[in-house]
Amino acid sequence: MRGQATAIALVIACGVASFVSMRAMYLSLLRSQADYYTQHRFADVFVELKRAPDWVAERIRQIPGVAQAETRVVMDVTVDVPGLQEPAVGRMISIPARQAQGLNALFLRQGRYLSPTGGNEVIASEAFAEANKLELGSELRAVINGRWQKLRIVGIALSPEYIYEIRGGGSLFPDNKRFGVLWMSAETLEPALNMKGAFNSIAVSLLPGANEEDVISQMDRELDSYGTLGAYGRSDQVSHRFISDEISQNRITATVIPAIFLAVAALLVHLSFTRLVNTQRSEIAVIKAFGFSNWQVGAHYVEFSLLVAIAGYLLGCGVGWYFGIKLATLYAEFYRFPVLVYRPELHIFFLAALITFVTAIAGAIGAVARAVSLPPAEAMRPEAPSRFRPMIIDKLNMPFISPALRMILRNLERRPLRALASAFAISCSVMIIVVEFGLFDALNRMMEVQFRDIQREDIAVTLNEVHSARTQFELAGLPGVIRSEEFRAVPVRLRFQHRSRKTSILGLRENNELHLIVDDHGNQLSLPLEGIVLSSTLAGLLGVVPGDRLSVEVLEGKRPVRSIVVAATVDELLGTNAYMNLCALNRLMHEDHSISGSLMQVDAGKQEQLYQRLKQLPAVAAVSIKAAAVNSFKETISRSMTLSIGTLIIFASVIAAGMIYNGARITLSERSRELATLRILGFTRREITFILLGEQALLTMVALPFGFVAGYALCAILAIRLQTELYRMPLVVQPASYGLAFLIVLFAAIASGTLVSRRVASLDIVSVLKAGD
Amino acid sequence: MTSVSSISPGSTSQDSECVFHVHAVSKSYKSGDISVIALRSVELDLRAGEFVVFLGPSGSGKSTLLNILGGLDTPTSGDVRFRDHWLSQADDAELTRFRREHVGFVFQFYNLIPSLTALENVTLVTEIAENPMDPKEALRLVGLTEREHHFPSQLSGGEQQRVAIARAIVKKPDILLCDEPTGALDFPTAKLVLDVLAHINKELHTLVAVITHNSAIAAMADRVIRLRSGEIVEVTQNARKASPEELVW
Repeated sequence: MRGQATAIALVIACGVASFVSMRAMYLSLLRSQADYYTQHRFADVFVELKRAPDWVAERIRQIPGVAQAETRVVMDVTVDVPGLQEPAVGRMISIPARQAQGLNALFLRQGRYLSPTGGNEVIASEAFAEANKLELGSELRAVINGRWQKLRIVGIALSPEYIYEIRGGGSLFPDNKRFGVLWMSAETLEPALNMKGAFNSIAVSLLPGANEEDVISQMDRELDSYGTLGAYGRSDQVSHRFISDEISQNRITATVIPAIFLAVAALLVHLSFTRLVNTQRSEIAVIKAFGFSNWQVGAHYVEFSLLVAIAGYLLGCGVGWYFGIKLATLYAEFYRFPVLVYRPELHIFFLAALITFVTAIAGAIGAVARAVSLPPAEAMRPEAPSRFRPMIIDKLNMPFISPALRMILRNLERRPLRALASAFAISCSVMIIVVEFGLFDALNRMMEVQFRDIQREDIAVTLNEVHSARTQFELAGLPGVIRSEEFRAVPVRLRFQHRSRKTSILGLRENNELHLIVDDHGNQLSLPLEGIVLSSTLAGLLGVVPGDRLSVEVLEGKRPVRSIVVAATVDELLGTNAYMNLCALNRLMHEDHSISGSLMQVDAGKQEQLYQRLKQLPAVAAVSIKAAAVNSFKETISRSMTLSIGTLIIFASVIAAGMIYNGARITLSERSRELATLRILGFTRREITFILLGEQALLTMVALPFGFVAGYALCAILAIRLQTELYRMPLVVQPASYGLAFLIVLFAAIASGTLVSRRVASLDIVSVLKAGD
Repeated sequence: MTSVSSISPGSTSQDSECVFHVHAVSKSYKSGDISVIALRSVELDLRAGEFVVFLGPSGSGKSTLLNILGGLDTPTSGDVRFRDHWLSQADDAELTRFRREHVGFVFQFYNLIPSLTALENVTLVTEIAENPMDPKEALRLVGLTEREHHFPSQLSGGEQQRVAIARAIVKKPDILLCDEPTGALDFPTAKLVLDVLAHINKELHTLVAVITHNSAIAAMADRVIRLRSGEIVEVTQNARKASPEELVW
């Protein structure tokens, strides 16, 4: 029983470990976020605008419900980072010259705060500094208001606004090398950006009980004439959004996966204990004959199952705790918390203990009930010989089935529930492995669609303001540019009935080749000459279908309000996008041919030259390099997913192996007499092993396709459950994923089969000559 | 049930080939700190086609001897040779091959595979035998043609034992080793089973070795070998083999 007890303990340990680590990770994220927000006074409402004089802030402070309002200047600028060939984007944010109890307070990781006469001093975000190996004292150059300026890093810090440090505007994964936040003293930054006595961003904290929506609409009214892009709450703040999505996804997986593992553990306990009780019938009878009560006998088995459960529980807590810390450390790389709160949450361990013991007792209870219900005299007799009668396979009349295979099939058929339970447990493992690889496939598909089918450019150049078509000719004429397609991006609020959504309309020219509109199946949609095309996520949020007429509130320039017909919707995977034909968009805006930037196909050999030129163009606000984004995506995926996927796959393999091992051990203990007889009759160890393991092999083979189907189904459920406004998970499971799941489970089966087959050698074949049934 | 009623003179098999040579075979077991001697310097030859009965009380060493002859165990010292197989030095794989190719076993408790029908129990062995007979023929020889599709749980003890015999002879073994083949059977059933063994011995010319503590069975043997405390104490050559019908106990 030692091997079997170990297998059960291991399966329980996997369940507990997955529960403890995922649950602890979930709570850790939740608490780290909450603590950070409180201690560093993360704002509740944000707004970006064109420019407003400082006194407007006072009006905002007067809005009922506003506790605190802080103005600042925020501007994305081109940064020349030492050692980085291509230009990076630095988000310059003004902060008070003296450290105060303001909103979104910085957490200084290294160095110091800006000195009152700071001049060119900046504080850099930690992720950006780390990615570019910038240290205290490092110097950067940035184009501020058309002029190159030297910036010196005096501090490295974190901000609650940039826990997940991405630029926003559609990018999903951080590219810390090419995007970073730089905080600079307001006194230096404001005049440098021609914003003296003015601001273009406000962060607001609310009083307890304040109505966020009311404050937002009042702020929008107050700031309407200052070019506001629309106030928004935390739920639309990019970093907060990502972390909150991540946390809620964590909650789903931290529930589903441990539940599956623990259900399998309960099954395993049940199967093993039923067998144990059967083999110990005579001992039970003797003990009962001596006068022990049913309770005492029952308690013995319950104690035993609890002992195994405790061993599994302790191991699971240890392993879970270890993986929890590993996962937390990993999260700390993507989510910049000052302190990732990862403390032993007693209630997790308590809950895990409760679940474990319920699992163990639920698993053992049926077997124990049978043990105690036997009258001593009956229990003293060996279990009635197995009765077999012709079954399905006999009715099918298949004479080619060998007797050895018949043995296997009849034994499975005789205990259909047990066979089903075993196959179910194995298919659960297969399912989890398929799901883990399926998530990987989904991300790869997202990347493929985004970076291969949709974004076909090499680089995207964003201009710092709207330019005329002439700029396009200049951009097209830069060294190394093979093809260049202008685009126009207009920040808007789309409104339909009572629903509205902030987004930006991307205007693409006719016959564009560098940015296509592609649905989740890779089908291309040609952009109609009139009307607007919405991603189906956005259309769903607004409740519109093609043919509906939308109101478009433009959030720049003269801020016109227009109306437009929805021409089509497209099932995109990423973002809430809106597209228009460039000319139609220009007409809608009542503007001449105007552009916001250009998509470029670039000669790889002249890249460096091009980047050098782009760094020097004052009109260029940002350059996004697709290859860099792809690499950053891949790196993020491989770093973040390898650990979690790897861990779960190991757990699932342990469960498959534990199930198969125990199944084979049960077969061995039930049929040792048969197998020993066959050995005497001249069957080799190998032939006996085939009969012994054939049952498990067959169950595994049956479980595999069910596991595949269940895995696909769970992927489909998760694709819906894990869907956010930012992205939709495509439902793809590559053949290779099934193949890997097959190989992993096969390996687990072979490994446990090998362990059991070693016991065939130690079968006591002589004893069966004498032993009766 | 096939009727068998032949009486063979004991001398006929004396001229046959000697297939088993047992020379100075001893076997001792360790039981805790105590060494138990099961066989002491046993000398024995067995001939093809012979019907041999080993008689002895519990602990006389007859089962140990049978295990060694059947390739289930090896002696602590001494030599055992079956034709050109040196069983005393053989490893597990060689012993398995020896059992597979040459030995048929009949157990006291039949040891049939409960999940297989009578016919399948017999067929199972033909899959590992080189030149087996037709499984149906084997069942016919033990008189169970009509019960071939029954599972062991649907057969009486005697029927089960006859299936076991069919299973043992289907591969046409050189030697049929029977360990208390009638130990679990009532008198009339036991006689039926013994009748089958005598028939096999005669028809197939198979060396049959029966171990038993039932001395009545000795009458149907060519030779009776008595053991006590691990030693052969007496070898009797029967002048006349009794038919199973004549036996009484």
